[in-house]
Amino acid sequence: MNPDKQTFTLDGKTIPFCNGQTIIQAAMDAGEYIPHLCFNPEFKPHGSCKLCTVKADGRTTASCTQFAQDGMVVESNTKEINDERRVLLQMLFVEGNHFCPSCEKSGNCQLQATAYELNMMSPHFDQFFPDRPLDASHPEYFLDLNRCILCSLCVRASRDVDGKNVFALSGRGIKSHVIVNAQSGQLGDTDFAGDDKAAQVCPVGVILKKRVGFSVPIGKRSFDEQPISATPHPVVKEA
Amino acid sequence: MNVPEMTEPEINVKPKLRVATTSLAGCFGCHMSFLDIDERLFDLLELVEFDRSPLTDIKHCGPCDIGIIEGGVCNAENVHVLREFRANCKILIAIGACAINGGLPAQRNHLPLSIVLEEVYHAQHGLVDGFIPNDPELPLPLDKVHPIHEVVQVDYFIPGCPPSGDAIWKVLTDLLAGREPELGHGLIHYD
Repeated sequence: MNPDKQTFTLDGKTIPFCNGQTIIQAAMDAGEYIPHLCFNPEFKPHGSCKLCTVKADGRTTASCTQFAQDGMVVESNTKEINDERRVLLQMLFVEGNHFCPSCEKSGNCQLQATAYELNMMSPHFDQFFPDRPLDASHPEYFLDLNRCILCSLCVRASRDVDGKNVFALSGRGIKSHVIVNAQSGQLGDTDFAGDDKAAQVCPVGVILKKRVGFSVPIGKRSFDEQPISATPHPVVKEA
Repeated sequence: MNVPEMTEPEINVKPKLRVATTSLAGCFGCHMSFLDIDERLFDLLELVEFDRSPLTDIKHCGPCDIGIIEGGVCNAENVHVLREFRANCKILIAIGACAINGGLPAQRNHLPLSIVLEEVYHAQHGLVDGFIPNDPELPLPLDKVHPIHEVVQVDYFIPGCPPSGDAIWKVLTDLLAGREPELGHGLIHYD
């Protein structure tokens, strides 16, 4: 077996990969889109959102944690899998307070854009309307936990890139939530800064830079211009 | 041979579909957006006639083919109107963010209703001797604002705040043509 010539198929297309690459990494490198939220190619996979679920040789698995194997047959863009992904999205939407019309991230939000991509026309389930805090204590950034989907990208960025450990996930099950590393629990009392990686990675509207929210108008934002599937990993316009 | 003169039979006269629309806990923005279909409204009127709607000022919904609901459910009257629509409409469409997830009115949901009423009628700056309205004709507010699919079965959804006239046109023309409505990129919007 020539290790340089390893391939698998994704919905019938041949995808080359190197040893140690996961299915989604290889797919992205080949310019193919697999829906995902907690995965970001710059970080170690977390495998929690399950949006990137595919069928690999008939077995359902998260493509961000499953290593690609030579000759593997992967199904992703099928009605069955997309129906399941849509249900995952609907559960994320009802679990938090995702009111897009009043969210500064609207149009640049990966949760919203993925829901567009998968034709999510309604949240289907009953809304939880949870009571979650908004932390405006930091001079440059808001932390609006109403929109948190627990992807842990801020946790990974702060720990692995910034070396600051500003964020962590706390609690279990439905009580899981993001906490910040300060006695007061307030972002303003941490060493979080605007040039931290953690300030750039939130896929939804939780970590938001102050005073620039609508500098790009609604309707002219990243996913207004092209669907999220058009770029294997979305590059969101700077606010 | 004499061919008897025949009159053209009227074979193309289909009965018009009846459409009802209403706004519950909404701002009528979706209705304004509906009017943004502009001159296509004339094409639409070739195919449909309006039952209860702000356009006709008919007060109660009769048997209809399509009911379009803007706004969520925030008080007892909303629930009655919504149930009247569901009972009368073959197809019920939720239009706009408020009907679909509660939208702006649902921002009060994390506050107890008593605090909201207190703030609006008693505590706010400039209110002297304010009182919470209690006229029996006023519908009682619900403790939480709900999307309409939490109260009745909804057949189709047109998201957006408001959805564009083009999105509304697409769904209506798909339905009138007997197609499953589908909004692609650019028409599906939650904002």
